[in-house]
Amino acid sequence: MTTVLETKNLVKRFGAFAATNDVSLKVEKGARQALIGPNGAGKTTLINLLTGVLEPTSGSVILEGQDITRLPSHQRVRRGIVRTFQINQLFGELTPLQSLALTVSNQLGISGRLWQALGRDDRVAQRCDELLKQFHLDDVQDQKVALLAYGKRRQLEIATALACNPRVLLLDEPVAGVPEGERQEIFDIVNALPAEVTVLLIEHDMDLVFNFARTVSVLVNGALFAEGDVKSIASDPRVKSVYLGEGTPHG
Amino acid sequence: MSASASLAQGRRWKAWEIAILVALPLSWFAAGEQHSLLANEIAIFALFAVSLDLILGYAGIVSLGHAAFFGTGAYAAALFAKHVNPDPLVGLAVAIGVTTLLGAASSILVMRGSDMARLMITLGVAALLYELANKLEFTGGADGLQGVVMGSLLGRFEFDLYGRVALAYSLVVLVIGLLIARRIVHSPFGWSLQAIRDNRLRASAIGLNVDARLGVIYTISAAMAGAAGGLMAQTSGFASLDGLDFHRSADTMLMVVIGGAGWLWGGLFGAIAFKLLHDVLSAWTPQYWTFWLGLFLVVLVMVGRDRFFKPWTWFRK
Repeated sequence: MTTVLETKNLVKRFGAFAATNDVSLKVEKGARQALIGPNGAGKTTLINLLTGVLEPTSGSVILEGQDITRLPSHQRVRRGIVRTFQINQLFGELTPLQSLALTVSNQLGISGRLWQALGRDDRVAQRCDELLKQFHLDDVQDQKVALLAYGKRRQLEIATALACNPRVLLLDEPVAGVPEGERQEIFDIVNALPAEVTVLLIEHDMDLVFNFARTVSVLVNGALFAEGDVKSIASDPRVKSVYLGEGTPHG
Repeated sequence: MSASASLAQGRRWKAWEIAILVALPLSWFAAGEQHSLLANEIAIFALFAVSLDLILGYAGIVSLGHAAFFGTGAYAAALFAKHVNPDPLVGLAVAIGVTTLLGAASSILVMRGSDMARLMITLGVAALLYELANKLEFTGGADGLQGVVMGSLLGRFEFDLYGRVALAYSLVVLVIGLLIARRIVHSPFGWSLQAIRDNRLRASAIGLNVDARLGVIYTISAAMAGAAGGLMAQTSGFASLDGLDFHRSADTMLMVVIGGAGWLWGGLFGAIAFKLLHDVLSAWTPQYWTFWLGLFLVVLVMVGRDRFFKPWTWFRK
């Protein structure tokens, strides 16, 4: 197995507080890895460091052997690191179709065109049709995103990420706020991604984590606390105690 | 509806859009000798307002100093006519060139920071240029640049006292400006501006280079504002501090708000409405017309633009 994404001694301090504390994480190519930890453990901070939203205080982020620590967000997307957000981050005044058409255009390298209309390139509409259907957004494709129901917006959140053709997909609590019945659907879509796509999942729901992931990393107080395959983590007494609030203090 | 059909429908020319483009040249005949000067001013402010809407309504860059480009365009055109070449088209190209450079240079200042920071920076840049023009010798100081004699348009049409040629000239430039702006806002680039306006974080998370895009549209907008300023100097025969003044920026923002921000034709309708309101109100009450303008704006914003222009919805819940 080859390592696709790696952090080396990553540290992020906000004043005296270390939100990420010396994290050295390895994600294998094609992994279905979960990142868990109690509230405030620094999971989202870690995602922000991986995607370039935040700059680390020290340490480095390495993608396929290349140091990308100082690379701006949009260039990391071009290299295949794509994320979804815990709280929907969408284009409220656009429609789902326009949002996806823009994203797909950017993937095709034609989003900087000033002189050709959006969707003039046939490949754009084709890919949008696929995504809209896959995420059950075809019935609302022409409505303003801001007016969509929460579940639809959540679907669009993930559809937008997939429209970026991720090679490493970072899912920040993808089913947060999604009704029980619709959760599996989202995971089915993520599970159906090609095997070479690497998925790093942040999730609170342990059932989902243990169903989806093959390896699990546990983050506590900004530091890597435990790592292993699903079985060993599920039966690790230290992890249990962290989740039940015994022993280790919450971060 | 399939994605391609829906996207195609979005960019198709609507009948009313074509009607507007036909009405603009026809307004030349309607204006006659009596109203050409007023119509000329409206056409110029419409172009200026459209340029502001590109950054304000589409890209979400709040600017209270867009007059910096209008005024610079005006001075550039006037100085060029006075010292180099009186040909209006060459002068307009120079005004556009100068403001393009100024726009590109100052775009770095508006790429980052909050709305408040941009408000202050744009305000500051305009104030700076205003004082420069006030202080410097070659801009004529507080008197402005007077006695700019323009050559004839295309070597054939002499600018006349009634503003007939001026109006025709401004209308043609306005229509070209609108066509360019329409092309831009329907392009993937144009949509990316709206995406950035709505959610900057996500825009960069789908791989858009936010700073570069804002820089490009700011430069384009500056060039268009410079064209409007150049037209103003050429058709009026002088460039003054008024073009760089704060109220010029503020008035234009009001035009965009009245017409509808983030709507291509909003600048056009806003400029018409604002100028006509100004004319009607100041004829009726010369000293206090801004009171009524203020009242109109407060009501417009409180009621909401959509509702305001649809009276039949006023009493509906």
